[in-house]
Amino acid sequence: MSKDAIIQLKDVDVTFHNKGQTVEAVKDVSLDVERGDIYGVVGYSGAGKSTLVRVINRLQQPTAGQVTVNGQNILTLNGKKLRQARTKIGMIFQHFNLMNARTIADNVDYPLKGSKLSRTERKEKVARLLDLVGLSEKANDYPAQLSGGQKQRVAIARALANDPEILISDEATSALDPKTTSAILELLKQLNKDLGLTVVLITHEMDAVKEICNKVAVMENGKIIERGDLLTIFSQPKEKLTRDFINTATQIDQALEKIYKQVGDLGLDDHHRLIQLKYVGASTDAPLITELFKRYQVVSNILYGNVEILQDTPLGNLVVVMAGEPDQLDRAWQYCRDAGIQVAQLDPHDSEVA
Amino acid sequence: MKIFAHYFPNAVTMKSEFMQATGETLYMTLITAIIAGIIGMALGIGLIVTQPGGILENRVVYNIIDKIVNLFRSIPFVILLAVIAPVTRLIVGTAIGTTAAIVPLIIGSAPFYARQIQNALAEVNRGVVEAAEAVGSGPIAIIFRVYLKEGLADIIRSSVLTIISLIDLTAMAGAIGGGGLGNLAINVGYSRFENDVTFLAMLIILVIVFAIQLCGDLLARHVDHSA
Repeated sequence: MSKDAIIQLKDVDVTFHNKGQTVEAVKDVSLDVERGDIYGVVGYSGAGKSTLVRVINRLQQPTAGQVTVNGQNILTLNGKKLRQARTKIGMIFQHFNLMNARTIADNVDYPLKGSKLSRTERKEKVARLLDLVGLSEKANDYPAQLSGGQKQRVAIARALANDPEILISDEATSALDPKTTSAILELLKQLNKDLGLTVVLITHEMDAVKEICNKVAVMENGKIIERGDLLTIFSQPKEKLTRDFINTATQIDQALEKIYKQVGDLGLDDHHRLIQLKYVGASTDAPLITELFKRYQVVSNILYGNVEILQDTPLGNLVVVMAGEPDQLDRAWQYCRDAGIQVAQLDPHDSEVA
Repeated sequence: MKIFAHYFPNAVTMKSEFMQATGETLYMTLITAIIAGIIGMALGIGLIVTQPGGILENRVVYNIIDKIVNLFRSIPFVILLAVIAPVTRLIVGTAIGTTAAIVPLIIGSAPFYARQIQNALAEVNRGVVEAAEAVGSGPIAIIFRVYLKEGLADIIRSSVLTIISLIDLTAMAGAIGGGGLGNLAINVGYSRFENDVTFLAMLIILVIVFAIQLCGDLLARHVDHSA
């Protein structure tokens, strides 16, 4: 267990009893989030992500386990102490949860109402927060007058009002269009960098994780089935669900589906092989393909190519038809392997994606 | 005035009676609205916060309030008037008169208002309450700064509805000795076959109801920023 962990969940269980039915929403989950992390928790709806993160500020009481936030055992805190601890854990939501009866400024001011700050200090702070999220001119508007992205910015300003060290984002971009999503994620990233904010980001979109997270945990049926740093997870996913999420994000699934549909036109045989190449970091596509031709007279016809830049490291994905003599193809295959590229021969009759 | 005298031959001679009756109706309505308002509000908030999933979830308290409200809502008001006469006598000293009518009026309208408040507050988005909890708000802060603030427009609308139904009840209470416009309409107009008196009493009540409805609507629209 890391010393620098700002959030530590240990063997957390959450069980709901409802009308004789027992639902285990979270099963025996342990999770360490380090200071400064942007930790993504990915999973389909119903996987238990939201329940799990609600344990962090005890909006959800766990059935069993330990929860330590900032060195404080959250589960032993009584009413007032718990509320104090919550002021240091900001949270934003899918549907923003702003108060319609309050102006934007008043919404941001809400968490400060219980604080010791004077009226003028609060006013200044609200102005500063609105400036931070770029909504100063909307201070006197009401939430109903704002767009989704603007509402989420207000929610972020509100979450930051008490200078928390942690921000929990519960599907905060799921109700937003792609462009607005990017802008909000960019803002979170900037806050992470500028304020040293630790972010726990729940989402069902691997795209969001890809853009800003440095670590990922994948949840299914209340359990974390795979976790690690972003690059490792993206380049060497072990679980099927993880691969599904990544393939959705890189859209390789759709590409392969299209390729498989016209597989007859490809004329695959001993001399023509359908191959997927995956590489991390240094190498770029062009030299590899020329190299294969120069060395083994293997011609690569690129059907699909995609490069993701994850934390400044490129992660490439190529689907090619390699044509050449069978023994040369084998050598080319080995050459790729030696260069640290993951190679896989694709079988159009098997829809499983590597 | 001549036309008025023509159509309201009896009422025209009863100016002071009408003034007094209108005053009594307004008095009963106002005092009851204040007291029943406070009781109903407290019960309604109690129902919302103790209900399953509420911020102070408490099955026992919720069930007690819920059953009491249902019980008093079930008793027809005319019967309630008679049944609680001894209690009224204990509190006010007499079971007859305008002030005495206020006791059954409170008991008759507070549970109704409690349900109205419960419904109004149930409209407050659970997510907003959760957001308030997440920033460290306690139950009192959530009640006053979230539920009552966010639910204000609906609370005003429910209050108007309650006050109007309360005026209805004052007319009934008046009929059995509480005074007010109901008393005038039934015990004078109806009993003496002076239909114009009954009709005028009704008109005055209509004017009061419309005025309250109008003020309520304007006020609710003023505080409603949800669209």
